[in-house]
Amino acid sequence: MLLSIRSLTKVFPGTRALDGVDLDLHAGEVHALLGENGAGKSTLIKCLTGAYARDGGVITMEGAAIDPRSTLEAQGLGIGTVYQEVNLLENLTVAQNLMFGREPRKWGLVDSRALRRQAQAVLGQYGLDIDVDRDLGSYPVAIRQIVAIARAVEISGKVLILDEPTASLDAREVAMVFDVVRGLRARGMAIVFVSHFLDQVFELADRVTVLRNGRRVASQPVAELTRMSLVEQMLGRALEEVVEAPHEGSEAAPPLLHFTGMGRKGVIEPFDLTVGAGEVVGLAGLLGSGRTETAELLFGIRPAQSGTARDANGDIVLSNPRTAIAAGFGFAPEDRKLDGIVGDLSVRENIILGMQAQRGWARPIPRGQQNKLAEDYIKRLDIRTSDREKPIGQLSGGNQQKAVLARWLAMNPRFLILDEPTRGIDVGAHAEILRLIGELTRAGMSVLVISSELDELVAVADRVIVLRDRRHVAELTGSAVGSDRIMQAIASEGEAA
Amino acid sequence: MNTRALPLYATILIFLAAYALAFTQFPNILSTRVVGNLLTDNAYLGIVAVGMTLVILSGGIDLSVGAVIAFSGVFIAVMLRDTGLHPLPVFAILLVLTTCFGAAMGFLIHRLAMPAFIVTLAGMFLARGAAYLLSVQSVPITHPFYRTLTDAYWLMPGRGRLTLIGCLMLAVFVLGMVIAHRTRFGASVYALGGGEATARLMGVNLGRTTVLVYAFSGAMAGLSGIVFSVYTGSGYSLATVGTELTAIAAVVIGGTLLTGGSGYVFGTLVGVLTMGLIQTYLVFDGTLSSWWTKIVIGLLLLAFILLQKGLLTLSQTRLAKGTA
Repeated sequence: MLLSIRSLTKVFPGTRALDGVDLDLHAGEVHALLGENGAGKSTLIKCLTGAYARDGGVITMEGAAIDPRSTLEAQGLGIGTVYQEVNLLENLTVAQNLMFGREPRKWGLVDSRALRRQAQAVLGQYGLDIDVDRDLGSYPVAIRQIVAIARAVEISGKVLILDEPTASLDAREVAMVFDVVRGLRARGMAIVFVSHFLDQVFELADRVTVLRNGRRVASQPVAELTRMSLVEQMLGRALEEVVEAPHEGSEAAPPLLHFTGMGRKGVIEPFDLTVGAGEVVGLAGLLGSGRTETAELLFGIRPAQSGTARDANGDIVLSNPRTAIAAGFGFAPEDRKLDGIVGDLSVRENIILGMQAQRGWARPIPRGQQNKLAEDYIKRLDIRTSDREKPIGQLSGGNQQKAVLARWLAMNPRFLILDEPTRGIDVGAHAEILRLIGELTRAGMSVLVISSELDELVAVADRVIVLRDRRHVAELTGSAVGSDRIMQAIASEGEAA
Repeated sequence: MNTRALPLYATILIFLAAYALAFTQFPNILSTRVVGNLLTDNAYLGIVAVGMTLVILSGGIDLSVGAVIAFSGVFIAVMLRDTGLHPLPVFAILLVLTTCFGAAMGFLIHRLAMPAFIVTLAGMFLARGAAYLLSVQSVPITHPFYRTLTDAYWLMPGRGRLTLIGCLMLAVFVLGMVIAHRTRFGASVYALGGGEATARLMGVNLGRTTVLVYAFSGAMAGLSGIVFSVYTGSGYSLATVGTELTAIAAVVIGGTLLTGGSGYVFGTLVGVLTMGLIQTYLVFDGTLSSWWTKIVIGLLLLAFILLQKGLLTLSQTRLAKGTA
């Protein structure tokens, strides 16, 4: 055994991010680490690479206990990491990146000829024959990723951690990177592979460890696993436990918006989507499956490179959020604190923000009207705040979320996108938000809800689109909307929808 | 070829084209006299621009250098007037002072995580104030060693003078190129400008690199002050106001990205010479106001910023297509 982790514990204020996790790494194996958001994958990796100091547990490497306190120290111990992004410097040449800090020198100066030769020799081991004097930034992401892997292996050489290395690669590029990883496995490296793509896990990994809520759920050879059992472990529920909620088949709503062939390379495969008036469409899928990306595409944050959006009056331009707002769209993002609220502004200011932006800053909304609007929404959505002038950052998560909703409602959109609307809010507020969504749609608004909570989707959505590996793979309507059906669609193999 | 190098080629091309254009009008502009003067007149600017290039490559800015040059001139002049010291030890003391001054600014920038703009702005006022404190009036330098320095030149064929300070500037550019492209420190400077978080992951000592880069800029400002005092034969606290901005302009015209991480020291030399050429042309013409220099430099700056932006967009779309 090369590396062994025993009862690793990491505590953050309020949560146990890791709770007695065990992990064994053998030389010459690819070990996949899986889990949903907040399961503890990143924390585990950060403890391993020295970015976090652990609060308990033992890590031994080749029999000796180790305690890395920085990335550099971990590298020195033989643990190298390649992240999804920001590994290397695009403004330096390939050779400089590869040999950074270990450049061959002659008379105190960097020997650029030897530098080039050594870099070529290193990349040659990976079957890569490229001009190492060109800037790294001029090569596609896959090449950069292989250079990053080569550098990590050169420096560390025993354990290689790949943290979602394929998240922005296309199929051909993934195959390229995988060939490199297989070569390293054959050379006896131990590789930790973190990915959200189940297909890739089954293709590459030898063993799988699943984490959930900071605990290890299971650790098993991939050969003994089925997709279904893996998804069950990740989501933490067995299929038979699921009671299918009876769902009223709503009569087909008149279509409001048609999206045809919308897609963006490396973000989401082209998809078709029709949204009816007063309909709630749910987006389901594992983390990284393309849910948020779909929303960002529709709202013009990452505009589509292909496809069209139409309503009854013709084409709609969705090239940036401004045009999307002009088209009557609204978007409450997943990360409320970062993208949704302005913490230092008052509840009132946060509520009128969108409306004011739409009016143009040269025509301020009269203060009396602002107060009235804010009071109205505070009452209507039951936002719990001592008064409307309180900085919104001091409110609880649920009330912040309601204020974000109020902001969009004040602008009276026809299509509202809610990304994880109930994340991090308490149970009571949770139910209220769901009730509110129901109210809005009865008033004719169309809503797209993204959620990791299957029960929530089942409760609120008329129709659920299931995504996997950045592709819309299934659509469930009416009575077919149920947790087990969604899970099956998430886990099902291949192109079947 | 790297897209990063394109602005450099553009700079060289513009310089050569401008020179050719001026040559057709005034053939004398290619004489060794004019070339010699071009180097001598811009020596102090070129030296300080080398320091500025490294600072900008690291993703920073140094606004203090113009004031440091003025301080250096006054310091030398006052020391020579009031003490019996030979200029050489005075130069040494000055260089130690300005290097430490730069290092201190770098330390603050790194340690307090303050924007370089603010810290070096404070440094600018400090250095300018210190110069006033030493002397408000212009102080002439009469030491005989200064005559030796001004008289040290090589008479090129065609009676042009390649002066000591002109040669010094060229030497400093060579030094700058070696540091930037052939040392680990230079690689660290590029890394820092390319992205702080990534640079840290790759093992760059951020604090050391930041302190060293501003120390180097301070040293170059001191050296530039010495050269300026030789050039003008005096020290004056009101001299070289705005030189830091001229140096930044030379760096940008030389093809270095203001956001850091991309550019060449050699480009800065071409940038300095381009600006000098414009001035020389105006002198030859004789009818145009010298303010035209500023206007042309402004236009050139604008053109280069647009060029860099265009190249960035171009390389990104090409990359996107390449992977498709």
